[in-house]
Amino acid sequence: MTIQFNEETFRDDYSFRNSEWAIKRFPFPFHEDSYMYSVNMEQHRGGPKGSVYEKRFDVDEHYVSEMRDRAIVLAEDPLRCQSLPHMTLAGWDTLELIMVCKSEDYPDLFELHRDGNQWHWINKPMGIDQKFTFLDETTLPCGPLEYITRQAQGDYAVLDQRDDMLWMDAGMVTTQADWSLDFDIGMNFFEWHAPVPKAHEMGIFKRALKFLLNIQQGAPARRLNWTMTVNPLLDTSPENYHKWGIQKTQLTPENIGAKQHLRVELQTFYRLPRSNALLFPIRCYLCSFQDLMTMPKWGRRLHRVIRDLPEELATYKGFIDNRPMMLDYLSQFDDGLPTSPGIWPDQDTEPPLQK
Amino acid sequence: MSASPQKAKAGAEKLDVVVSAVVPLNDLVTRFEFKRSDGQDFPPFSAGAHTVVEMQDEGRTRLNPYSLMSDPADTSTYAISVRRDDEGRGGSLFMHRNVSEGDQMVITYPVNLFPLDLRAGKHIFFAGGIGITPFMAMIEQLERSNGHWELHYSARSPELASYADNLQSKHPANVHVYYDSEGEAIDLENLLDGQPLGTHAYVCGPAGMINWVHDTATAHGWPEDNVHSEEFLAPQPGKPFQVRLCKSDITIDVGENESLLEAIERCGVDAPFLCRGGACGQCETDVVESDGEFIHRDHWLEDEDHASGKKIMPCVSRFVGKSLVLDR
Repeated sequence: MTIQFNEETFRDDYSFRNSEWAIKRFPFPFHEDSYMYSVNMEQHRGGPKGSVYEKRFDVDEHYVSEMRDRAIVLAEDPLRCQSLPHMTLAGWDTLELIMVCKSEDYPDLFELHRDGNQWHWINKPMGIDQKFTFLDETTLPCGPLEYITRQAQGDYAVLDQRDDMLWMDAGMVTTQADWSLDFDIGMNFFEWHAPVPKAHEMGIFKRALKFLLNIQQGAPARRLNWTMTVNPLLDTSPENYHKWGIQKTQLTPENIGAKQHLRVELQTFYRLPRSNALLFPIRCYLCSFQDLMTMPKWGRRLHRVIRDLPEELATYKGFIDNRPMMLDYLSQFDDGLPTSPGIWPDQDTEPPLQK
Repeated sequence: MSASPQKAKAGAEKLDVVVSAVVPLNDLVTRFEFKRSDGQDFPPFSAGAHTVVEMQDEGRTRLNPYSLMSDPADTSTYAISVRRDDEGRGGSLFMHRNVSEGDQMVITYPVNLFPLDLRAGKHIFFAGGIGITPFMAMIEQLERSNGHWELHYSARSPELASYADNLQSKHPANVHVYYDSEGEAIDLENLLDGQPLGTHAYVCGPAGMINWVHDTATAHGWPEDNVHSEEFLAPQPGKPFQVRLCKSDITIDVGENESLLEAIERCGVDAPFLCRGGACGQCETDVVESDGEFIHRDHWLEDEDHASGKKIMPCVSRFVGKSLVLDR
């Protein structure tokens, strides 16, 4: 297999690590030295070779361990995966999309053989070999959405589209930035976004909804979102806040470089063909501050973005209390030199740190 | 972010197809079946979706939306049925006169503006004439998932009732056909009155029929969200007029038999669109300045938008007057 999968954990001893390859391809979310909300959508049609944008569903070195972590979360809390009764067809759509994309994009890792509705799926990294009948739930060990998203990195919200509105009617959510599927299930687009500050006043959600309602088959879209997480935790859910919230108080100037992670979501949007629902995969990438600082451009920029971020946003993203300590750390990597435009690290052209 | 910025082109993604069958059904309606030119399967689609068919008519590109009426689960073939409109601007005439088996054409990916509400405990369909087409696909989809449905299909005469025989023999208990020529009519009030809670109604047909179903349903206490309709408007001919497109910095002439959107495209400006029938909202355009009168025909803008003179849907609406400047 082409990818060497890590043996690692996202809890307890936190043995999660990014290889040099993973750092270099980390989806750094800031294209300039400041940040404000925007709908920032673009087409999801591949990207530079090796980047996280290249394939439709990115598979990386964390795949096997992330799926193991998902299984732990589900065993403790089965409500992390839900599907209202009318969303079963959208679940099959999701299964079909992911199986087709993965088998085409990673033929050495995944195989899909189809003879009419008799399907044969092989997932080599996870050692799965499953024959089943497409659209017949009795032939899978669980519902189609749960089945395939136990084998695909990232969270999946499946949004029904009715009456010019999107509805959170199904999903698999175990690697979330502090939101709950169980709380949001059945809500509409404005309801589940109600806690986000500023963006409503800016008209962001109205425009975003209009865009999403018009995403068409064959033309997926994507955007990035980000937040901060102390320790490489995938499951930062409201349900488990009592376990992870306290860890935010355990940062020290000595451990911040290793413990503080920038959490980036690669959000993609697909119109599902059979159900007309919208699939919203939210793929989480984590990178520690100290790993980010190996890229001089990202070091300079991250300091400036965090320093200048409006207070409401730092509060909403949950790091307002730790911001001073973050800035003490990050300022060591900002020499005041200008940065090149765009998100790429530009290792060959950006000067090394001048202090 | 911009990992690899690509400007989105107007309209849905396209598919190269070959016409695999042309089947006249009666005096007015012909079915066209397509296969993919590259021999691959079509993408699956959801019942109620349409495709926009590109017609190359002596140097002029016509783009008309038609409901997909084939079985959504059959990815080998897409089919549409086209009613010949002798008074129209020529798209349906082109299909009837110029398209034959073996022709290469371009159609768009399916776009669904008339989806089934899959929460419904029961679906009740009202079709008028050629409005039967989306229901053909819906019936196939619901049959496969054991959905509960019934169809009330009104047509001018037995001769012009496309697919009525077929549907009645396949689903005798669910299909009810009414012929104007026999003095038959849908007993709408009674039908809407007797439905179980959670029923959704769908209507596709002429404007009068759509309004009739909406109004009657409202009068009988149906929730607005449980009544669905689709009507593609064909752009109507009108007096020629001139428009200034200020972003593109050109002034263009809109001819008698073309829509404003078509004129914009003819002049090389890439304007967004999807349905081209006044329903989807994609081509909504801001008016910068105007001195004259708008002829709004779309179903998209609110009445106050129409009255404000600040917005226009160039796919179906026109303008009469001295000057019009659009933000395009």
